[in-house]
Amino acid sequence: MPSVSPPQAATQPMISLRGISKTFPGVIANDEIDLDIHRSEIHAILGENGAGKSTLMKILYGFYRADSGQIFLDGRPLSVHSPNDALAAKVGMVFQDFTLIPAFSVAENIALFQRDLDPVMRLKDVSRRIQAISSRYSLTIDPSARVSELSIGEQQKAEILKLLISDARLLILDEPTRVLAPHEIEALLGVLRNLRSDGYAIVLITHKLREVLECADRITVLRRGRVSGSLIRREADEARLLSLMFGKELPGLDVEDRPAVEANLPALELRGVSTAADGTQTALKDIDLRIYPGEIVGVAGVSGNGQRELADLILGMKACVAGSKIVFGEEVTRESIRSIRERGVCFVPENPLVMASVPFMSVLENMALTRTRRYARLGGLRIDWRAVSEDFLRSSSTLGFSLPAHAMARSLSGGNLQRMVIIRETAQAPRLIVASYLTRGLDAQSTIAARRALLQARRNGAGVLLISEDLEELFTISDRMIVLRGGRIVASFRPDETDSFRVGLFMTGTEIQHAATA
Amino acid sequence: MRPQPDLAERAKSASARAVGGLLRYGSMAVMAFLLFGVILLVSGKNPIGAYRDLFSSTLGSARGFSEVLVAMTPMLLTALAVALPSRIGLINVGVEGQLYMGACFATWGALTFSDLPAWVLLPGMALLGMIGGGLWALIPGVLRAHGLVNETITTLLLNSVAPMVVSFFVFGYWHSPMDTNKTANFVPSARLPTLFDTRVDLSLIIGLVLLGLFWFVMRSTRWGLEMRAIGGNPQAALRNGIPTRVYVISVLCIGGAVAGLAGMAQVSGFYGVLLANFSRGIGFMGFLISWLAGGNPLGIVLTSFAVAMITSGGNLLQLTRDVPYAVINILLAFTLFVVLARPRVLPRRKAA
Repeated sequence: MPSVSPPQAATQPMISLRGISKTFPGVIANDEIDLDIHRSEIHAILGENGAGKSTLMKILYGFYRADSGQIFLDGRPLSVHSPNDALAAKVGMVFQDFTLIPAFSVAENIALFQRDLDPVMRLKDVSRRIQAISSRYSLTIDPSARVSELSIGEQQKAEILKLLISDARLLILDEPTRVLAPHEIEALLGVLRNLRSDGYAIVLITHKLREVLECADRITVLRRGRVSGSLIRREADEARLLSLMFGKELPGLDVEDRPAVEANLPALELRGVSTAADGTQTALKDIDLRIYPGEIVGVAGVSGNGQRELADLILGMKACVAGSKIVFGEEVTRESIRSIRERGVCFVPENPLVMASVPFMSVLENMALTRTRRYARLGGLRIDWRAVSEDFLRSSSTLGFSLPAHAMARSLSGGNLQRMVIIRETAQAPRLIVASYLTRGLDAQSTIAARRALLQARRNGAGVLLISEDLEELFTISDRMIVLRGGRIVASFRPDETDSFRVGLFMTGTEIQHAATA
Repeated sequence: MRPQPDLAERAKSASARAVGGLLRYGSMAVMAFLLFGVILLVSGKNPIGAYRDLFSSTLGSARGFSEVLVAMTPMLLTALAVALPSRIGLINVGVEGQLYMGACFATWGALTFSDLPAWVLLPGMALLGMIGGGLWALIPGVLRAHGLVNETITTLLLNSVAPMVVSFFVFGYWHSPMDTNKTANFVPSARLPTLFDTRVDLSLIIGLVLLGLFWFVMRSTRWGLEMRAIGGNPQAALRNGIPTRVYVISVLCIGGAVAGLAGMAQVSGFYGVLLANFSRGIGFMGFLISWLAGGNPLGIVLTSFAVAMITSGGNLLQLTRDVPYAVINILLAFTLFVVLARPRVLPRRKAA
């Protein structure tokens, strides 16, 4: 590990980790890791999925106990047995999955988190403190708003405020930008910079190079549980970081230019489809959409504008109240999910943990779930695990992913779960793929592999519907793009006819006539 | 079929699990017995003597042992009726009601077709019992599958309805000339055959076979895989194309049918007559056992045996130690508390 000299040469690190090791059954998550975190610095911890970033920080936060190694606070040994100890040492962490209570207001949530909460809560005081701090760091939020009504970005603000109000001086953020829209990311990075100038130490766990290069002062790269390099900002560039992350050059993504053949029968046709509004969901209104074989249709939109409903509608989770759904020329408006899947429709949902996998089953068992009939033998009395295993190996080697076939799904990291779902869904020559946030949670290498899988499927004549908030991704691989807003398709064009600025306008709906109808 | 690479490992971990399970439940039982011993001491009885009586009366003689099996038989079936739906996340608290309906339907068969030979009548009664229990579970199943009412509530409420239905038929139509609250004794061809000259009847074998079948279905078959998926993550199962609604209805009905079969076995095997209030909580006992055993078939057999030993031994304790029979419920309750509380000092179940 190259030794680094901090920018403010005299300062002692706020937190030092020395020789931290942590083993999980079958995995060495952290192997003798040393790390220094300084005040007034944004320290990025970079690494691909499963490199041990989250584990290391959860050890610092007292969520896990290290097998060996020591933590020092201002040079003195610190024992952290629980998040409570960490908070006493002014270390706070925002997890990937937020820990707010949806039925409570922001102020109540924040009050609940205070260690020295009075027996009789004075929510007004808490609200006042929230407002003071939030205006200072432009974390504007209404303290009396109920968390269940907040957007993901606002919930994240509440999480950060929670830590600031409880006097944390080191904030650990675990993949904070994963769930945010582009403009929210900018805002978050701005907040972090302000915090830094006020002396806060910030640890940013991420695998996105752009953010790291934009705001980090110090970058530690982890690979397979070890520190593969630690740099200060001016030593770092994209190529250097990538080689530290992966140990080799990344292959690029070739998108061959190939016009979609519109003369064929569409893989999917939606004619005037509407759905019923269900609770907080957005109802789809009068959707007309055709996806041709060999075509990737990208769906852009601010999340919550009907993307999830569109995917669910195609799969058959949501019923059409009007219009019809046609797959390869056959009307399937009222068919069950199973029979739609048996027509070769595959589905990569936005949240693989909740929507696609069974945690207490092995990877292979999860593999078999979408095609239990195909693998059943003797009329269902037996399951041909050998065939499942062959399909799994074939599909994962095509994609270049490798997963332990007999590991429990719940022991996989978020990125590996997503890989498992992609392996499963692309195993049987799909004819129509519906993918939501395909690359969310995947590192750079896997992102390329996942996109390549879509391009491969397109080459083999599959139609693809790709829902994404990553405009760059949509512009790179879609043949055609549509924009969803308020459950309607408000625009449709070819990527080369437009730019992200115009798409952004459609997404946010600045034109007047649409605002009037919404 | 190529042996799975992890087969040996699986076998090893299975035996390790079995040992761990025995250790765990053994220590829990010891703890419950200790607590109960304190109760006996407080009431001035000799706990060691009481336990000696309890064991010697049940395990000490062939007759005692066979009585334990008799008590255990309906528990096997009612526990299965809870364990099966629990695998897809359904909580069937309605076994008691399903048992009554099964007994009711089977009794109708026994009274109406009493001329038929046993080899036709008994399977017919079993089928009727299963239909009765199954139909009774169909109501909660349909309501749940359509997202209307939670099955826990409906099954529980239907429990108090079923005995009234039975009473209606018994008091109104079926009672024998001499009695008001029970039917005439069943003809011999409507009685389940007994084994080895004891009161143990064929339904013990049926219960064990069904539990074995349950184990096989859950472990090896396509339906077991799909059910485990629904139990593990209903949303993912649905999105993966598994017809969860069909499963909810049919699994709850099958659970009800097993409970109905238990009812048929009670009237045809144990009593040979339908009493208006024949079951004193056998269905609830099944719920308890399935819970204690974590829905595991072998666990159900062992737990049923232990519970049956306590209840049938309790009868004797009443005579020899002069303790009221109700005291045995205290022992059962302690067992339940210890299992549910899973005290920290005991060996823990490792995350599966």
